[in-house]
This record gives sequence, structure tokens and C-alpha cells, in this order.
Amino acid sequence: MNLLNPHLKFQSQKVALPYFVFAMILFVGQVLFGLIMATQYVIGDFLFPAIPFNVARMVHTNLLIVWILFGFMGAAYYLIPEESDRELYSPKLAMILFWVFAVAGVLTILGYLLVPYAGLAKMTGNELLPTMGREFLEQPTITKIGIVIVALGFLFNIGMTMLKGRKTAINVVMMTGLIGLAVLFLFSFYNPENLTRDKFYWWWVVHLWVEGVWELIMGSMLAFVLIKITGVDREVIEKWLYVIIAMALITGILGTGHHYFWIGAPGVWLWLGSIFSALEPLPFFAMVLFAFNMVNRRRRQHPNKAASYWAIGTTVTAFLGAGVWGFMHTLAPVNYYTHGTQLTAAHGHLAFYGAYAMIVMTLMSYAMPRLRGLGEAPSARAQSVELWGFWLMTSAMLLITLLLTAAGVVQVWLQRMPADGAAMSFMNTMDQLAVFFWLRLVAGVMFLVGLACYLLSFRQRAEATVQAPATA
Amino acid sequence: MSETFTKGMARNIYFGGSLFFILVFLGLTYHTEKEIPERTNESEMTEAVVRGKLVWEQNNCIGCHTLLGEGAYFAPELGNVFVRRGGEEAFNSFLHAWMKAQPLGVPGRRAMPQFNLTEQEVNDMAEFLKWTSKIDTFSWPPNREG
Repeated sequence: MNLLNPHLKFQSQKVALPYFVFAMILFVGQVLFGLIMATQYVIGDFLFPAIPFNVARMVHTNLLIVWILFGFMGAAYYLIPEESDRELYSPKLAMILFWVFAVAGVLTILGYLLVPYAGLAKMTGNELLPTMGREFLEQPTITKIGIVIVALGFLFNIGMTMLKGRKTAINVVMMTGLIGLAVLFLFSFYNPENLTRDKFYWWWVVHLWVEGVWELIMGSMLAFVLIKITGVDREVIEKWLYVIIAMALITGILGTGHHYFWIGAPGVWLWLGSIFSALEPLPFFAMVLFAFNMVNRRRRQHPNKAASYWAIGTTVTAFLGAGVWGFMHTLAPVNYYTHGTQLTAAHGHLAFYGAYAMIVMTLMSYAMPRLRGLGEAPSARAQSVELWGFWLMTSAMLLITLLLTAAGVVQVWLQRMPADGAAMSFMNTMDQLAVFFWLRLVAGVMFLVGLACYLLSFRQRAEATVQAPATA
Repeated sequence: MSETFTKGMARNIYFGGSLFFILVFLGLTYHTEKEIPERTNESEMTEAVVRGKLVWEQNNCIGCHTLLGEGAYFAPELGNVFVRRGGEEAFNSFLHAWMKAQPLGVPGRRAMPQFNLTEQEVNDMAEFLKWTSKIDTFSWPPNREG
């Protein structure tokens, strides 16, 4: 670690590297468990009882959340020092927290896989403070406490870096998003006995994350990469960033109401939730305009072409997945029929991939060659393999989304629209959808191939060995 | 964007807009809190219902099923299963028989694990699902099939 990496502005940015690498390992796990579930959708007893569907799903979604969090942390460790124009406050703390989080994450996943869930709840004393068994928040309470501790240490570290350094719109917005993420996570400890109240505050974590503060994190990561690869004036980029996040919060906070239609909350949400969530595509549309505009107005030809594909790709895919697919079923009269069908799954997949998986890969695409000492960009060959990964993963996810959408439409038609007596049961409806689910499994395999290409693009080695320190 | 619209203006819209809508959101939260007891028949939320919710959570039922439309989409909606499977007269006995029979072992069919719940736990869960089915959801789901 004594060798200086000449491609980093600050050597402490290097702590981002293990975060990105570990994120990718978890990503592979997420996709493998996704394939298990996709198989169970067509061969119901596949791997039963070793890995029941609920366990596979828990692993799939929890790995997603955790790898995105590793990606965000890596991004922050890379971006905050550079924006603050000083070394990270404590690279050592960053590495300690990396190991704490990685070990806690792996243990939790092993717990899901090796112990029946009720046993895990017992082992970890869930009855003392019941927080488990709610979608996406399945982690044992002790893991949740661990996440809070890691988050606090992380925020302290980057917060101190910023306080002592330069404040830019980008690092302030990123910091705000990350603080919001940590604060809202605290609601995962609040599990009221009344199911309606439980669901109401559960969305404060889930919705206000992905349709709220995470958009701040995404916006700042995008702005950072666009400044770097286009050389467009910071003033212009930061103005766009503020416009985007203003739209995100103005529409997204009351947009939470689109989850409050049918859970026992009062009727005011039917109107407010419909209206404000219908406007939620706006910030994503603004991100598309932003990315295209900045790339068109670029003042330099950055050698890392792949990074600009990711930057534009994430905005377009997020707009489709979060914006268009979200809008499709967000109005209460439509949602009455589509709520909790395969349409929800379609939207969830494209939105998460487009907005959050792709923004992490955008930042990685920009930062990895530097972190790995390759220079500004990987070789042309490595970039072309990376772009194969980009196109394969993105088209596979689009295909998965289209197939689940078709399945959802047929499901609504058979199961939801007809009156009592004429409506088909859930299980029979699922049998009718088998063809879509088979094709989705094929698309899932295609996604895995894309991910393999993406990871293979990192095979390029540094050509010149890093030099001895030139200046102090 | 034109030069007359400055970064400072954009920032003020962000701060002002967010603050305003956070306050509105908190106001609506207060309203929701006021309404929840009546809309959910909170007075009928017995200890058995509360225990049943914990059984529901500690067996990760949401990992396959939906409850009021939220959860996984792999197995049937259970918010209205009380109505679908026998109601007042028959639901409790249906649930006991159903939980005992798992896994059904039909080749190729989606399989539900055997959770080895006690009689009391099944009773509690039946109470929880019965109470849930009576929450005022603006008559969602559209029909009995959920």
C-alpha cells in the first residue's frame, strides 16, 4: 500500500475498491438466486425443501439492497474526498467498517439459508423487539443494529471529510441523501401491532428510500461522473442537479400516498397519492435530458466511452422503469386492479436495475480504471467487453420487464377483472402464465451472461507498474 | 436552461419545496393516525391478533404471499383469505387442516413448507387473518380470488 497510484487525486480514495469488488460478488449472488426463483416460477418444487421460494426471495432482495449500499458507500469514498478536495478523514475506519458490514452481511445470508426463519428469529431474540418478517426488512434485529452502527461510522467519516474540506452541491446533496437513508432506516425498528400502521411506516423506509433520498444519491453520482467525462462547467451541472432533486422530493414525498390506497389508510391518499406519484416520472425525465445535454455539450473527448454509455443508459432505463412503468399503474382506479400482480414485479425490476444498479455501475465504470491504476480508461478491448455486458444486461432486463408486464396484464384480465364466481383463482391463473415465466427464465440466463461479460471486462491488467511517489 | 434561472434559484426551490412537502406529509400522517383506529377496527385487535401477526412475521409468510397486495407474488393474497376459505363458520378449521397438510407434495406444484406451528399459533394466525380481512380497504381486492 506504499505505492502511490498516480491516477487518483487522493490516495485514500482507494478504499472504494474493496467496496466495489464486494458489491459485484453480492450482485452475482443476487442474480443466481433470481434464477432459482425464476425456475421455481415454472417448476414449483424446484430445490424444495432445501431452498423454499421465500428464502430464495429474501436472499435475492436482501443481496440487492446490500450490494447497492456497498456501491453507494464505495461511490461516497471515491467521490467525497475528490469533491471536498482533501484526503478521506479516516481510511482505516472505512476499512474496518467494510469488514464489519461484509461479515455481518454474509452471516445474515448464511442464516437465511441454513436456519429455518422461525429458528433465526428465536436465535436472535426477535420477540424482544420484533422487527423481522416484513418484506425487505427481514434481517434479524441484531443485523439491523449492525447496519445502523456501520452507517453512523460511515457518515461520520465522510462527514468529517466534508466539514474540513470544500463543500460543493454534489457532495452536499450526496451527504443529504446518505443521511436521509440512515435516518429513514430507523423506521425499520418501529413495528406497530396494528398492521395498517405497520405498513404505513414501513413505506417510510421503502418508498422514501427508493423514490426519495436514493434519488439524491443517484443524482449526485450522475452529476459527478458527467462533470468528469464531459468537462461541462460545474455551475451548469449543479443547477441541473438541484432541479432534478427538487422535482424528486416535491413529487416523491406525497407520492408515498400511492402505497396507501388499499392498506386501510384514509381516502385522502387516493387523490394525493395518484396526483403526486403521477408526477414522479418528471425527475427521471429531467435526468435523461440532463445526461444527453451534457454529453452533447461536452468540452472534451473522454477516452472512457463505456462510462458515458452507462451514464446515459442509467437515466434512460430509470426513466422507463421508474417513470413509465411506475406511471402505468400508479393511478388509484388502475391500481385497484393491478396492485400486487406481476405488473408490480415488472416495474420493480426495471426501476431498480435502471436507477440503482446502473448508477453504481456508471460510477464504477468511471472510477475502476483509476482505482486499479490503469489510467483514465480501460483498453479499447476491455471497453468493448464492458459494453457487451451493458447491452446484454440492459436488454435482458427490458425483456424480463416486458414478459412480466404481459403476464401481469393477463393476470389482471383473468383473476382481477371478472366478478366473484367468474374470476380465476390465483393458482390457476399462474398456470396460464407459464409461457411468460419460461421466457423470463431464458431472459434471466441472458442477464447472467451479460453480468459475466461485465465482470470479464475487469480482466485487463495494469500495463505500467505504479511509480514511486513523485511529490509530497 | 437560460442564464436568468440561476443555480441559487434552483437550490431555493429544492429547499423550499422539500420543506413544504415534508410538513404537508407530516400533517397527513397526523390525519392518518386519527383515522386508523376506526378504519381497522382497532378495538377488535385482541391479544390473539397481535400474537398472530408475530407468527405471520416470524415464519416469513410475506416471502411468498401478499397481504393487502404487498409481499411476494408467488402465492395467493391472504388479506381476504378469511372470506375466501369459509369465513366465520369454517375458516379456523380450514386453516388447521391446511397448515397440517403442507407440503402437499404434488410434483411440479409450488410447494409450501411445513412450519410445525402449534395449535395455539394456528388459532392466533386465524384471528390475525380474520381481523385483517375486516380492515376498510376501499373494497380491495376487487373479488374473492384476491
